Amino acid sequence: MLELQDLSKKYNTGDEALKGVSLSIPKGQVLALIGPSGAGKSTLIRCINRLIEPTSGKVLHNGEDVTLMNSRRLRKTRRKMGMIFQEYALVERLTVMENVLSGRLGYVGFWRSYFRKFPQADFKEAFRLLARVGLEEMADKRADELSGGQRQRVGIARALIQNPEILLVDEPTASLDPKTSRQIMRLITELCEEQQLAAIINIHDVGLAEMFAQRIVGLQKGATVYDGPNNGLNPEVLTKIYGEEDWTKKKKGTQNEDSEATSGSEKEMMEGIV
Amino acid sequence: MNRSGETYPDSWRPPPFIKNPVRRWLLVLGIIVYLLLAIGSLEVNWTRVYEGLDRGAKFVLAFTDPNFSKRWTDISEGLLESLMMTVTSTVIGIGISIPIGLGASKNLAPLPVYLFCRGIIAVSRSFQEIIIAILFVAIFGFGPLAGILTLSFATIGFLSKLLAEDIEDIDPSQAEAVKATGARWWQWLNYSIQPQVMPRLIGLSLYRLDINFRESAVVGLVGAGGIGATLNTAFDRYEFDTAAAILITIIAIVMLMEYLSGHIRAWIQ
Repeated sequence: MLELQDLSKKYNTGDEALKGVSLSIPKGQVLALIGPSGAGKSTLIRCINRLIEPTSGKVLHNGEDVTLMNSRRLRKTRRKMGMIFQEYALVERLTVMENVLSGRLGYVGFWRSYFRKFPQADFKEAFRLLARVGLEEMADKRADELSGGQRQRVGIARALIQNPEILLVDEPTASLDPKTSRQIMRLITELCEEQQLAAIINIHDVGLAEMFAQRIVGLQKGATVYDGPNNGLNPEVLTKIYGEEDWTKKKKGTQNEDSEATSGSEKEMMEGIV
Repeated sequence: MNRSGETYPDSWRPPPFIKNPVRRWLLVLGIIVYLLLAIGSLEVNWTRVYEGLDRGAKFVLAFTDPNFSKRWTDISEGLLESLMMTVTSTVIGIGISIPIGLGASKNLAPLPVYLFCRGIIAVSRSFQEIIIAILFVAIFGFGPLAGILTLSFATIGFLSKLLAEDIEDIDPSQAEAVKATGARWWQWLNYSIQPQVMPRLIGLSLYRLDINFRESAVVGLVGAGGIGATLNTAFDRYEFDTAAAILITIIAIVMLMEYLSGHIRAWIQ
């Protein structure tokens, strides 16, 4: 469905953010991209929809090279790639509804969008998605009135209303507390399963990556150093990705935390999500 | 890393802004010397000041006894003309400022457009209203047309510059998110830039409305119509009581506008 071939990005400053990354993501696969800050994770997902222009290499979306597309074709392709952001990136002064509907901008003309006269099907889908992410009463609120977790749900609805084939997710939990983080990750992965969406999720939290992704790719200084299942992150692999550290101890710590959380408040969290 | 307690320093000062102490003190000394010389170069004719106090007092005293009625038709006509000039020039100015402001934003416009729009802003800002007014009066003759054009021109420099700065200060992640949906350029502008800059644009427009009213009184002094022309006539006739009435009216209107625009700005945030 999506294939990256030898993708590289060198910034004008001379920083080589990506050094020949190749990846292939089949339909419906949830992939977690981990790595230290500055490893090129954000650059990688932005090169896929060309918010950042890659320097060389190919991005094949259903066999078509995104890097060669003209702006018209690129816009059409971007519609099929929903994006979810670290600080939610909602337009703060617009209502929740307008934020969700902005996911349809690629499908409607300028004047329709200017007067907020979207097709009926779009409004219906927007209300359905808001209900799905648990915000049915919030349509008329301004985005800056919501809490962090609620904002990220709006961000998810905005990405999904694009009717995407793949989600590009950039640190979705970085500004959320541990409980909300898990709820958001669970929501994203559930939705991927429901609609058979592929996803690339940049994430700092190794524990969450292991818990929610089927496949993990480790990025280090712009190159992949691990690509495998979610249970393959042993101390040697983590050292390769993040560098020297007492990983045995750290891993134990996360596991304890996880088991506590699961035994303690799993039920409550499940209620929170639906 | 552990040192015994005594070896830690027990005082600290913030590092100075200019590191070199000689340079630092020379700079301070230089400023003081220049100020003394500058003040010394002023020639004050104290006898002239003493005589002038009398005239000043007369002017100030006129405010205790303003005369609204003697020239009321002139005053009200001047005021109406000034208000007309203010509103028209502000609306025209805003209309032209928005596209120029967009073009003058580094994060929106390609370099040639950016330089062109910044050029217009620089020209508009480098000339004071009076100079432009004199030029326009020479071209279009006495009257409010020259005044309207002057104020519109000045509005462009003010509003486009501040609008462009606000656009350059937007949160780029919101713009990025809307771009990622596959939005067209105009849709992107409407959904991600406009909501972020609208409150500031409205605030600046109201602020400019009140500047334009004040300036309409000033450009009138050089013949560009409005209440300034009435004020000028009053001064020419040494009718300080009428001049006082006009000034008091201007002050009252400016304060009223200030009060209203403050409320509107707080409301739109």
